[in-house]
Amino acid sequence: MRVALFVPCYVDQFYPHVAIAALAVLERLGVSVEVPDGAACCGQPPANAGYAKQAQSTLDRFVDQYQRYDRVIVLSGSCAVHVKRHAGARVAECTTEFCCYLHDEIGVARVAALGASFNKRVAVHIGCHGLRGLGLAKPSELQAAPFDKVRVLLDAIRGVDVAELSRVDECCGFGGSFAVGEPDVSTKMGRDRLRDYRTHEAQAVVSTDMSCVMHLDGIARREQIGLPMYHIAELIAGTAASR
Amino acid sequence: MTQRSLELPVLHSRRVDHAAAAATFTRDVPRTDWHDDALWFVREKRDRAAATVADWEALRQQASSIKEHALSHLDEYLEQFEAQAVRNGMHVHWARDADEHNRIVHDVLEQAGARRMVKSKSMLTEECGLNPYLQSRGIEVIDTDLGERIVQLREEGPSHIVMPAIHLKREEVGDTFHEHLGTPAGLADPIALTRAAREHLRAKFLAADATLTGMNFAIAETGGFVVCTNEGNADLGMSLAPVHIASVGIEKVIPRAEDLPVFLRLLARSATGQALTVYTTHVHGPREGQALHVILVDNGRSRQLAREEFWTSLKCIRCGACMNTCPVYRRSGGHSYGSTVPGPIGSVLTPGLDLERYASLPFASTLCGSCTAVCPVKIDLDAQLYRWRQRVTQAGLSSTTKSVASKAGAQLLTRPRLFRLAGAFARFGLRRMPSRVIRLAAGPWAKTRDLPSAPSESFRSWYRHNRSAAGES
Repeated sequence: MRVALFVPCYVDQFYPHVAIAALAVLERLGVSVEVPDGAACCGQPPANAGYAKQAQSTLDRFVDQYQRYDRVIVLSGSCAVHVKRHAGARVAECTTEFCCYLHDEIGVARVAALGASFNKRVAVHIGCHGLRGLGLAKPSELQAAPFDKVRVLLDAIRGVDVAELSRVDECCGFGGSFAVGEPDVSTKMGRDRLRDYRTHEAQAVVSTDMSCVMHLDGIARREQIGLPMYHIAELIAGTAASR
Repeated sequence: MTQRSLELPVLHSRRVDHAAAAATFTRDVPRTDWHDDALWFVREKRDRAAATVADWEALRQQASSIKEHALSHLDEYLEQFEAQAVRNGMHVHWARDADEHNRIVHDVLEQAGARRMVKSKSMLTEECGLNPYLQSRGIEVIDTDLGERIVQLREEGPSHIVMPAIHLKREEVGDTFHEHLGTPAGLADPIALTRAAREHLRAKFLAADATLTGMNFAIAETGGFVVCTNEGNADLGMSLAPVHIASVGIEKVIPRAEDLPVFLRLLARSATGQALTVYTTHVHGPREGQALHVILVDNGRSRQLAREEFWTSLKCIRCGACMNTCPVYRRSGGHSYGSTVPGPIGSVLTPGLDLERYASLPFASTLCGSCTAVCPVKIDLDAQLYRWRQRVTQAGLSSTTKSVASKAGAQLLTRPRLFRLAGAFARFGLRRMPSRVIRLAAGPWAKTRDLPSAPSESFRSWYRHNRSAAGES
């Protein structure tokens, strides 16, 4: 099985340590994973801003680079959903997201066996697209048996104490171009998430999407709220504590 | 009635700037929090009510299927409804657009010699701008739903389709009633205010010589219709007035009486978290001596039905759940949408009426998808918002900065080497430039948010140095 890791553009540029952590986790789990050098982006940012036509060549390039793999692990729920919804069936079917892959295909026992620990009370933020588009957890709107793949993975890390939030899956307000097109509502949404985290005495934020983190952390740092934020891969890799 | 007349779907009128209106709304932080909490309270009530129904998700699917079937055979069901309604003694009118609807209402009132009309809540008549139309022709129109009456007295439009005055605090209602109904200054007790409204409205009900209601469901099989209210105002109106006009959008027809319970179980639970509305009134014909006129209104609906990408938006049963759950609506208020129907469903319906005017609405969303998950008839609202965005940019109606930035971005992203170079520059800039310069450059982002701290090396660069053999192709 040929497995590829897709590192989204903003992770590549701003959060290389997250991609390094994800790669380390996969390698330690014995997954022979490649990161092809050709495609920088799946085209989601311009497509969600209304430029799907202009972004088509970007998506085509992505498909071109990744179609030779049996599994494409995307380090973002949001990008994974974009590929699954808009790329051709072959690549769409092969595409998954980091947490989904660990939970569904590797299994939590093997993740636990990596022996990671993180002794903090954490607030969890699952990006909306990963939540509702990929089914990382049961969205609060749906009436179904509860499940939460991210929580299952976090429970496999020693010492993690998950804070119960007032609004379990409220959007953080990033939304790609929304963050700059509607900066006031976007910022207010972010501040409200931070308030929820602090009210429940979270010491750190763990997310599945660094795009949400870029926004939340940007507000937290501007407002001098000391709340470190991580991708879940950093916790599993054991690199979060040292950052 | 100045603000109401702005809501008429006039072509080439002023463009709605949702972001600007939202910026104004959010400036008052305690009020924004209060508004957000008030609607979130309703959303949570909805969750609890939905949890009491064993097969909630199956019920949503059933409702969706019935509506899709009805919309796919809309011509047949409308004609069947008309035939049965006529057999039941109703007069049936067809209105192509808002103007035609208003004219028909006026003609009916003229012929009956009616000068005073009481109305129960009808977003359709808001959409058609009926009140100013009739008032300018000397007819008194009184909205009798409490929330609607409040906003009518204030000369505002409704900010929510189910809770029209949800944007107002009780003290503001007290001030309005003091000014218009003569309640004591400073009176803000909800029960006392409701009593005052009740007395004021009772006189209007008794004096009315016509009433207008909406319809929640028109049943093709029986030619009857159903009106759901919590205040009984529709019932009182139609029980007293000699003329009853019932206006309905053509998408509200359902095939059979046995379809009705599917929707009734979903509607009030989704809307307010009630099992049922306090009144569920079935009308199958006029009272003895009463004239009952039904007006079937198109006003852009058949155009929306013809749009392959958007026709399922007509499944909407107007519960307002997508507004209550929308994190953007809760923090920007209904008026920021500048359309009768705000929130996610409004942002999907209204661009079809006037794309230029409502071009900003499909962008008033993070595409979080909560609306789609909460919708009782499973309209894929976030997907339709995404599709309207494509239409807006293709029509050249996107705002300039966004358009230039995104095009440049799209070009950049297809060329990995260029992208990496730009990334390197950005990172170089972030490390070396004074923060003030970066804030200016990053514009709306950096007004409230720090930029990520720039790493010395991108992942790709790291990967080339550390795993070079594995990844090269």
